[in-house]
Amino acid sequence: MKNQAEKVKKMIMKPLQFGAVALLCGAMLVGCSSGDTENTAADEQEEVGLASQAAEAPVEDDGKGVGPVKTVEVGEGIDEALAAEGKTIFEGKCSACHQLTDQKIVGPGLAGVTERRKPEWIMNMIINPEVMTKEDPTAKKLLGEHLTQMTNQNITEEDARALLEFLRQNDTKG
Amino acid sequence: METLINKLKKAAPRATLLMALAAGSTLQSCGDPDTKGNAKDDAVASNAAEAVYVAPGEHDELYSFLSGGFNGQVSVYGLPSGRLLKIIPVFTQFAENGYGYNEESKAMLQTSHGFVPWDDLHHPKLSRTDGMADGRWLFVNGNNTPRVARVDLKTFETVEIMEIPNSAGNHCSPYPTNNNEYVLAGTRFSVPLDMKGGTQDVSLSDYKDKFRGSISFIKVDPEHGDMELDFQILVPGFDYDLANGGKGPSNDWVFFTTYNTEKSATLKELGASQNDRDYLAAINWKLAAKYAAEGKAKEMPANYYHNKMDHGSHTAKSTVKKTVRYLLPEDCPGMMYLLPAPKSPHGIDVDPTGEYMVVNGKLASSLPVFSFSKMQKAIEDKDFDGEVNGIPVLKYESVLKGEVKEPGLGPLHTEFDGKGNAYSTMFVSSEVVKWSLEDLQVKDRMPVYYSPGHLMIPGGDTREPYGKYMVVMNKITKDRFLPTGPELMHSAQLIDISGEKMKMILDFPTVAEPHYAQAIKADLVAPNSVKFFKLDENTHPEAVKNEKDVSMTRNGRTVKVNMTSIRSHFTPDNIEGVQVGDTVLFHVTNLEQDWDVPHGFAVMGANNAETLIMPGATQTLRWVPKQAGIFPFYCTDFCSALHQEMQGYVRVSPRGSNVPITFSTGEKKPVPPASASVN
Repeated sequence: MKNQAEKVKKMIMKPLQFGAVALLCGAMLVGCSSGDTENTAADEQEEVGLASQAAEAPVEDDGKGVGPVKTVEVGEGIDEALAAEGKTIFEGKCSACHQLTDQKIVGPGLAGVTERRKPEWIMNMIINPEVMTKEDPTAKKLLGEHLTQMTNQNITEEDARALLEFLRQNDTKG
Repeated sequence: METLINKLKKAAPRATLLMALAAGSTLQSCGDPDTKGNAKDDAVASNAAEAVYVAPGEHDELYSFLSGGFNGQVSVYGLPSGRLLKIIPVFTQFAENGYGYNEESKAMLQTSHGFVPWDDLHHPKLSRTDGMADGRWLFVNGNNTPRVARVDLKTFETVEIMEIPNSAGNHCSPYPTNNNEYVLAGTRFSVPLDMKGGTQDVSLSDYKDKFRGSISFIKVDPEHGDMELDFQILVPGFDYDLANGGKGPSNDWVFFTTYNTEKSATLKELGASQNDRDYLAAINWKLAAKYAAEGKAKEMPANYYHNKMDHGSHTAKSTVKKTVRYLLPEDCPGMMYLLPAPKSPHGIDVDPTGEYMVVNGKLASSLPVFSFSKMQKAIEDKDFDGEVNGIPVLKYESVLKGEVKEPGLGPLHTEFDGKGNAYSTMFVSSEVVKWSLEDLQVKDRMPVYYSPGHLMIPGGDTREPYGKYMVVMNKITKDRFLPTGPELMHSAQLIDISGEKMKMILDFPTVAEPHYAQAIKADLVAPNSVKFFKLDENTHPEAVKNEKDVSMTRNGRTVKVNMTSIRSHFTPDNIEGVQVGDTVLFHVTNLEQDWDVPHGFAVMGANNAETLIMPGATQTLRWVPKQAGIFPFYCTDFCSALHQEMQGYVRVSPRGSNVPITFSTGEKKPVPPASASVN
């Protein structure tokens, strides 16, 4: 724990150089970590927060995520056949961790996901989860929240497209 | 051999047995352990660390496969780093992944003697295409309860084990011909065959008349590698020690060293060292196959197991074979000859050109090199020196190219660098000797620590050795590593053989006692390596590919739980309705389709084992609860941040209670906001 506290201290040294907000933050953290081993939950909490916030220059985020999918054509209506295909894949490869409601199990509930995220982002997250949680700011935050690396189920781009259609269908059902 | 070692130990109690090389026969003790560093300083090249350094994140040039000897396993090391990459269980149960413990793999270790979960694995041999290692399979032998196994190098898993009938001590095995037409397996200890699949109950004084050996010809399916025992040759009752196949001009031949041509049944250490010469047995395998195909083979009853792992279901099945075909050398002219060899020969090694056969006589002072073309001529000229059981014995002088004089003490094995040089291990004088095939003169010597058995040059037994490295496998490790009590890891030593002089560049510990090794360039194996099993292709009858299909059923006193695992939960994780004394079969399917995410499964108090399930595979753990209560189960292989939470409970009720079978995973409930949430 001592090491962890020291790590937190080291990590905050950088932000400390950058103005008042960081200073304030920093002061709070030093307060925590000087309490040494007791407030471990707080240490961990802040460490995660800092790890994802500090140090790196902000990435330009077009909301499409990181991965092979650059553009996706999405129709006005739902391609029912494609969505049905997506449903089968979802049940086999995704439902162990994701509900179609807003219920979290291992990963977040997927209700409304097509409204929250761009279609490219959704497909990249499905195809390329490890890189997404390392490089995409939104995916990084989700990892911080759910703490389980999304499983790479080796889903093809074609199957990811079907999954996207299924999630769109799920969101239009209201 | 044992007495020699003991003598040496007495002479040099600190046992740093360095030979005074110039003297050739004088033994010298290094004495004080503090001065042992001298030997190291002399032997190790100054740039050794650089020569073996493989930077973090980089891969080795070669895979090497070392037999585990008495642990029944194969260990895979990267070269030149000496990093341990994997241990492959073959003839042994393995506590790391449940091999031989889980219900799917138990059949692999079945034999006609019952379940034999521990054997002595001696020689790995890589499959071949056109005389070169092709990186598809690795064949290995079980010495004690005679078996030959095949390891698939796509998965580095044992996929087939076949028991060898009419064999006792399957030592000179398994040697593939140059296109895997056959894998050959010979018996070390001869036995009195009853010609019905067993051995006779006879007096041991009847050895001379009743004991026989056998050489097995195992056919290999060119596409899938599946083995089949085609026929055997029943050979005179000697001890058959090691084998090697020819190449080039000698492509059709395979050679076996023999000892105990005296046919002694007792105190063989002495009894088998009476004759000045034993034999090298030369068999024309192509002619043997022709004789067998043409109906010269007879059939006798047999009883042996053939165990195969199914690709799709990852489940092994045993078949019991009831007959075997055999040839007798006396019925098959031209198939087999005996070449007089120095007393108690051990290794037989054929050089890359296929012209020279080097016979390593453990107790001989010189190392004879036979010539294949001279052997052909001698056969043609009928240059015989009598016969044994109808097998002609060729005249020593007629087949000899020459002898390497005073190579060292106790030559065991030889390999080749493809540049005209041979390297032989000297067991007693603890050194490797480099000599030239052309003039048979010794060119260099290097002390090794200690008592080397086999040595290996990658591809050193093929047409084109990769003559950059040599691995020497030592039988005695004392003082090479920090002490670990009476038992030490055996040492292997990596020697750079790219230059004129050998350079010692690395010591590394090995698991159990490696007898032989094979190595192959990484790019022949790595691109084919399987990373996970496709769930779609899982044909295990109890597989569950979707969480909604999990089930729990009772059939009499057997309860079947067909469940799944994925980061970071099992489905189901709450199980009720099990009763004391039930046989519970947990069929766990790992739903992951990602590399390096196996899930473990362990249940408290299981008397069998745990298991480890590869991504996309199904494995079964059998559990018989003995008392009522709550029993947790959990994942034993770290899989995610919430790995510890990957667990569940089984409720066990008293026998005859009326708790219904129920199972579940989770209820819909609000999840508290994660404490580590980021805004």
